[in-house]
Amino acid sequence: MKTGGRIVAKAYLWLILIVIYAPIAFIAVFSFTEAKSLGNWTGFTFNLYHSLFTGATSNSEALLVALKNTVVIALVASLISTVLGTLAAIGIYNLSGRKKKTIQFLNNIPMLNPDIITGVSLFLLFVFLHITKGYTTIILAHVTFCTPYVVLNVLPKLTQMNPNIYEAALDLGATPMQALRKVLVPLLRPGMISGFILAFTMSLDDFAVTYFTAGSSGIDTLSTFIYSDVRKGGLTPELKPMMTLIFLLVLVVLLVVNLRSFRKQKQLEI
Amino acid sequence: MAKETHIINIDHVSKSFGDKKVLDDISLYINKGEFITFLGPSGCGKTTLLRLIAGFLSPDEGVITLEGKDISPLPPHKRPLNTVFQRYALFPHLDVYDNIAFGLKLQKLPTEDINKRVKKVLKLVSMSDYEDRDVNSLSGGQQQRIAIARAIVNQPKVLLLDEPLSALDLKMRKDMQIELKEMHRKLGITFIYVTHDQEEALTLSDTIVVMNEGKIQQIGTPVDIYNEPVNCFVADFIGESNILKGRMMRDRRVAFIKHEFDCVDEGFGEDVPVDVVVRPEDIYFTTDPAKCQFTAKVNSCIFKGVHYEMWVDTDTGYELMIQDYDPYEVGSEVMLYIDPDDIQVMKKERTANTYAAKVIGEGKVEFLDTEFECDTAGFAEGDEAVATIRFEKVELLDYEEEADLTGNVVFILYMGNHYHLTVKTECGENIWVDTNDIWDKGDFVGIKIHPQSLQLSKPTE
Repeated sequence: MKTGGRIVAKAYLWLILIVIYAPIAFIAVFSFTEAKSLGNWTGFTFNLYHSLFTGATSNSEALLVALKNTVVIALVASLISTVLGTLAAIGIYNLSGRKKKTIQFLNNIPMLNPDIITGVSLFLLFVFLHITKGYTTIILAHVTFCTPYVVLNVLPKLTQMNPNIYEAALDLGATPMQALRKVLVPLLRPGMISGFILAFTMSLDDFAVTYFTAGSSGIDTLSTFIYSDVRKGGLTPELKPMMTLIFLLVLVVLLVVNLRSFRKQKQLEI
Repeated sequence: MAKETHIINIDHVSKSFGDKKVLDDISLYINKGEFITFLGPSGCGKTTLLRLIAGFLSPDEGVITLEGKDISPLPPHKRPLNTVFQRYALFPHLDVYDNIAFGLKLQKLPTEDINKRVKKVLKLVSMSDYEDRDVNSLSGGQQQRIAIARAIVNQPKVLLLDEPLSALDLKMRKDMQIELKEMHRKLGITFIYVTHDQEEALTLSDTIVVMNEGKIQQIGTPVDIYNEPVNCFVADFIGESNILKGRMMRDRRVAFIKHEFDCVDEGFGEDVPVDVVVRPEDIYFTTDPAKCQFTAKVNSCIFKGVHYEMWVDTDTGYELMIQDYDPYEVGSEVMLYIDPDDIQVMKKERTANTYAAKVIGEGKVEFLDTEFECDTAGFAEGDEAVATIRFEKVELLDYEEEADLTGNVVFILYMGNHYHLTVKTECGENIWVDTNDIWDKGDFVGIKIHPQSLQLSKPTE
């Protein structure tokens, strides 16, 4: 009975893992064959990888441009969000009572707000303000929905901190700017990094907001590119190797981050 | 007023947080090189005063001068003072060396100088060879030493210490007290120390400033404060004491516990109500009937290490605490006497509750934001009046329904045969109550004032 239960539990776990990872595995496997239609295996080849990086077909060239756009937008937007979010978190931390609660509540709304609403409302705002759509509008839009995540990651670091630390720096002769740079930022760095990573991934796979704020500027990110690609008929085959590579990259980053925190913990235990 | 020997002058300083007045018209001076302690219960304003000196807060009113110069416009990083914070506040991302060198590096001193000075202070706090250690790996006591080193390495004119030992265990605290005193002697700079621990204050200080509710209660040397407290609060807060109601019969003669004693105090007048403090170690046992001033029955006897602590019931129905090296059997009759020198007579701060009131109708009067019934004969509607209620006439209830108003017990004083309570009402005013019932500090109580115990009088101009 006991072992039977354990087998069922194990089987269930594996089933869930398979359901989650099967689609990714599927794409990874078929990135190594050249067939146009999905699910056809026409022999093992690196051709798709080759044409992805050489931009051999016109589509793969557009795909690379979209990838570059995506990464640039995500980097710029999450960098700006990290700076804004950290400063906002410090401000919120120094508020008290009802003001603090209200601002924290206001900070949470954009995260729960459906993307489509954020997208449409930003679209209308930009039209109203006569801002030409393009990189600026996309980045501004991404900053608005990424910043709350940074705030959410930095605030706990502040509350964990000894409340006198900042004052201690001032007391020892640091100007407020020096205290921020030499004491606060190093202490908040872990929160800022996790906020940055979260903002980066949020920006990376955003579709709705980008779609509405890119307008007719012709700027495509990966998500909008794939969307219009599918509508034109059929996925660009080079997408498959690209997805596989992105997945691998994420996997490596996660492994490195986890290994580092694991090692740090071990160090502390010693 | 500003003398050469004064390093800091605090002149009529007040500070409020919202509606709450945390410091109320504080004036004091601090001598160069002295070890001064701000002592008081939590919430008395001692830390706020320290933070005003450090510059983390600025006063609403008043001036703080350092060596004769007003430092109010200076931000904390420009003040030649350094602080040792309550929970160390070391920089966890820096090692011991970088923590201590933090201030020196900001001053852009040459590296050799920094090295030399860091080494020197580490030696002073007995933490040599700890330079490269991660501060998180240090024990509480070691972190405390680093925090002190980090502050004194900048050679401040004044060192501020905000309850620096409160997070340490008792043994550690005692050791650190001795070291702090030693450090103070070696460095020769002014130490301003904040604590709620009266024993710590007595051990360390040259001067103690006793504070309560944002006001200075008494300033003096530890011996003065202990032997000659100026009011019940100080007497109760510092050390153990018997605080009793008394009556000054004439100069050098005081009555309390229904006996008359010789004392050394003069100038109170004749037949004036006073408060009397007698320290438990100052009541002596005797077998000589000629010496005996009053008799009592031993009620309890507890061994306290160095001495025995006994509670006795006097022949006149008062309870007193006595400390003596010899135990006396519970239930035995003993003869007691007090030396005139050991009786501390204090002026009464108040003899009854008085409030500015307003007559709002026939038989109705308002004060403490509450309407009361009372005899208003001789007053017309709208008249200003003074309402007086004797301490023992205020009734405390443990339910709200029949109460006139509510409040919290903030201070309890045992007066030998009754308790004298300070109750803070919801409008922030105090009502003082004499009662035989036992209440705890912080208790939420209903307050009832009967019409017949409320007396109205014309306000004096």
